[in-house]
Amino acid sequence: MISEAVVDLSRWQFAATSLYHFLFVPLTLGLSFLLAIMESTYVMTGKEIYKDMTQFWGKLFGINFALGVTTGLTMEFQFGMNWSYFSHYVGDVFGAPLAIEGLMAFFLESTFVGLFFFGWDKLGRGQHLLVTWLVALGSNLSALWILVANGWMQNPVGAEFNYETMRMEISSFSALLFNPAAQVKFVHTVAAGYTTASAFVLGISAYYMLKGRDAAFAQRSYTIAAGFGLAAILSVIVLGDESGYTDGEVQKTKLAAIEAEWHTVEPPAAFTVIGIPDQDAMETHYAIKIPWVLGLIGTRSIDEPITGLSEILEKNRLRIRDGMKAYSLLQTLRAGNKDPFVRAEFDRYKQDLGYGLLLKRYTDNVVDATDQQIELAAQYSIPRVVPLFWTFRIMVACGFIMLAIFIFAVIASSIRKCRQDWLLRASLYMMPLPWIASELGWFVAEFGRQPWTIAEILPTFLSVSSLTELDLYLSLAGYIGLYTVFLIIEMFLMLKFIKLGPSSLHKGRYHFEIATGASL
Amino acid sequence: MIFDYETLRLIWWALLGALLIGFAMTGGFDLGVAILLPFLGKNDSERRVIINSIGATWEGNQVWFITAGGALFAAWPIAYSVAFSGFYFALLLTLFALFLRPIGFDYRSKLPSQRWRSNWDIALFIGGFVPTLIFGVAFGNLLQGVPFHFDNDMRIFYTGSFWALLNPFALTAGLLSLAMLIMHGAVYLQLKTEGDIHQRCKKVATVSAIITLAVFALAGIWVANIDGYQISSEVFPNAPSNPLAKIVSKEPGLWLGNYANYPLLWAVPGLAFIAGAMTLALSKIGRPGLAFITSSLVLASVILTAGVSMFPFLIPSSSALNSSLTVWDASSSLTTLKIMFWTTVIFLPLIVAYTTWVFRVLRGKITLEHIHQNDHSAY
Ligand code: HDD
Ligand code: HEM
Ligand code: HEM
Repeated sequence: MISEAVVDLSRWQFAATSLYHFLFVPLTLGLSFLLAIMESTYVMTGKEIYKDMTQFWGKLFGINFALGVTTGLTMEFQFGMNWSYFSHYVGDVFGAPLAIEGLMAFFLESTFVGLFFFGWDKLGRGQHLLVTWLVALGSNLSALWILVANGWMQNPVGAEFNYETMRMEISSFSALLFNPAAQVKFVHTVAAGYTTASAFVLGISAYYMLKGRDAAFAQRSYTIAAGFGLAAILSVIVLGDESGYTDGEVQKTKLAAIEAEWHTVEPPAAFTVIGIPDQDAMETHYAIKIPWVLGLIGTRSIDEPITGLSEILEKNRLRIRDGMKAYSLLQTLRAGNKDPFVRAEFDRYKQDLGYGLLLKRYTDNVVDATDQQIELAAQYSIPRVVPLFWTFRIMVACGFIMLAIFIFAVIASSIRKCRQDWLLRASLYMMPLPWIASELGWFVAEFGRQPWTIAEILPTFLSVSSLTELDLYLSLAGYIGLYTVFLIIEMFLMLKFIKLGPSSLHKGRYHFEIATGASL
Repeated sequence: MIFDYETLRLIWWALLGALLIGFAMTGGFDLGVAILLPFLGKNDSERRVIINSIGATWEGNQVWFITAGGALFAAWPIAYSVAFSGFYFALLLTLFALFLRPIGFDYRSKLPSQRWRSNWDIALFIGGFVPTLIFGVAFGNLLQGVPFHFDNDMRIFYTGSFWALLNPFALTAGLLSLAMLIMHGAVYLQLKTEGDIHQRCKKVATVSAIITLAVFALAGIWVANIDGYQISSEVFPNAPSNPLAKIVSKEPGLWLGNYANYPLLWAVPGLAFIAGAMTLALSKIGRPGLAFITSSLVLASVILTAGVSMFPFLIPSSSALNSSLTVWDASSSLTTLKIMFWTTVIFLPLIVAYTTWVFRVLRGKITLEHIHQNDHSAY
């Protein structure tokens, strides 16, 4: 049987490296767009200050981009390194969007990013602007494809199990591409990226204004960030996550877990704002509820029920038993039996094969599982509620706080009186929120899918490579060590250039460069 | 146009080769230049000249490597799984070394401190040296076979160790990889620079071209004597991918089997020698542009030589022969190969087109004056 320690270490490694990658990703996604907007303004108005803005924020973009690429390399290779059974089992489906991402997006973004930095003197204005837009397009396309891949893990449509090759294979590429789970994810995630970049520019511009430096530069940056940010945070909140849950069973499980919805209730269900969920008793203590709201959000109706966890558990017990039949038939087929009856029987049960595989955690044979083992597997098929309940609520809280600040920021910049110190300070202190929300969002999405890597198809613990604990300790230590050093260096450079501000461009017209600069 | 499974598998074998060759030709000179950086740049300004000769384009070049990884995943999923989990620490080292490049290039010249800069120069050297060596070593091990097998659920078990990868034959392949990418980098740098660095590049190109050819010849003789592999049961090139359905045998000299059957194939390794000699000559008489082309041909023919010798094997298993992965039984499904084929047919020419445009925009030599004028924006 597969060692629990190897599974846990592999999960920690994936979670650590992907959350780390996603520290840099949202800023790239959003800042590339903001740069394109700033440069478009430069090309249209011809005002040098917009070029300076593009170049200065571009410098910060570059510092961030370098680590985005560094950590992305890990992502691309660790599926094979740490999740080799996963890679074999779903590579036919999952590999395609990943390879398309390389061909369609990474080449575009990485080829043109060099010209963005080094092409200012070699290209016409229009040409350079095009290059900047292509970088933005490339990074956003890369998000599209990776989220198609990830969306498929949440809601695996358009694929079939093939017993001859012992893996999942594509049956409909368009189903994969137009997977509702992927689309919702894409919109929510890129909008989160735009929010992140806006909060970044907003916060740093507010810092310059509070210090009374580079007023014209800071105010223009602040205004652009405020407008773009408001649109972005509205998209995050309004467009994000609305559907998606209506599809796969696992998405329903995730919704029920996030909401600590222990039992199916008479629709429309109430929304639990806050409370203390208790997994063993399957109830939420001290719950504060708002009637109707969950039913409305989750189903867009007042008469469809939200399935509760105990009903899901009941269903899963049956599916595990069917999964045992599927697994036993699979063994017969793999041993070379060509009987059409066996095939037909297998086809009948194969959608529950994944539930049968859950039993591999308790017994190698699956077909001989005891009632007790089946019960353990059923309990294991429901994610743990408490972490999901809280992380989700913190993400949402971050969203609403940012919404409020962006609204004020837009109002303040449109009436040309940005110098409200409390608002500037709020803009500055808001800076960490989008990162917190994004990291927690990924936690909700991925932890909420547990115990599966591919929902209802492949359990997480089976997905790992046949490595030893020592292998994983060594690699995890390597990643953590290097990544920590990189992060320190990056933050150091980032802060240094933020403090220098536009004077780092050496144009001779900014604070630190002119004797009669604004007061400190 | 309708392709059958057999043809598409062949096409994907070729496309994977094309991506690897694309990486060797573009990303290869970046690696070579990074290795040469501490030796050819005698002071900070010279080092900046060297770094800026690749600074604007190395990032796009690296994507050839990333995409080759992605394409392996999509077209040969089980080969991706076996290679990446089997060569675990080799890949980890490669990754760690590659990490040093994006930050090295971007951060090095952002601070004036000499200590900061020379540390990054060492980092960039490692980022060039380690991956180049390991790519060669990996190929050397593929040719000898990799100890892995599957269980009935197709779970992969690798039974070798990291240290076993570092055997004499594989290290020779690693040396070949180093020599040829240094040659490629030196020729490229010769093209992009003038003065002292330009002269030093000429010398390096000469020496490394000679080493490349000598080691390639040595490896060729060696390959004739190590175990090669062959499918000894009937082959079903249109069957679903099941690597356990065939019988494989191994024996010294079998890697020359394809050449014996199709003597025309000798042209592939032959081209490496001709192109290598031409690179040497062209670099010497001061035609680095043409030398760059012939040096690219050397890389292409060396990679193709390995591929052609092993065909139809992708990863032979040395411990459970029948588990070996071949072109005919390790691919993804027909549908996936088709989708990926059309995607590649559309995007690869586009990529080549815009990459060429970018190189044209950035053409011309990087000079010391250029660095002094752009002190704050250049790498
Ligand atoms: C929502 C967006 C998103 C998500 C979920 C991921 N990435 Fe990422 N990735 C990007 C968005 C992005 C980006 C914005 O395109 C990056 C970030 C910074 C950058 O330079 O490009 C990038 C860089 C990047 C690179 C370097 C590309 C280059 O050199 O241009 C690789 C190889 C990957 N990623 C691979 C992955 C894999 C295998 C992921 C999943 C497990 C993953 N990324 C998650
Ligand atoms: C295509 C993209 C992605 C794929 C294929 C993917 C796949 C996986 C896999 C295989 C695991 C380990 C098994 C598990 O524990 O669930 C995992 C866990 C995790 N991933 Fe993702 N992931 C992707 C993107 C991301 C990103 C971008 C993030 C966040 C930045 C993320 C956050 C996490 C977290 C927090 C876990 C740990 C959950 C847990 O183990 O309980 N994932 N994901
Ligand atoms: C108030 C509003 C918000 C709601 C209702 C909300 C809801 C959700 C839900 C339900 C998920 C899990 C999706 C899944 O598992 O399929 C999620 C994921 C995520 N959230 Fe949010 N979120 C909100 C605000 C934010 C904010 C402000 C950010 C960042 C700026 C953010 C970033 C993310 C990210 C990066 C993910 C992971 C990717 C994904 O699954 O879409 N969210 N969000």
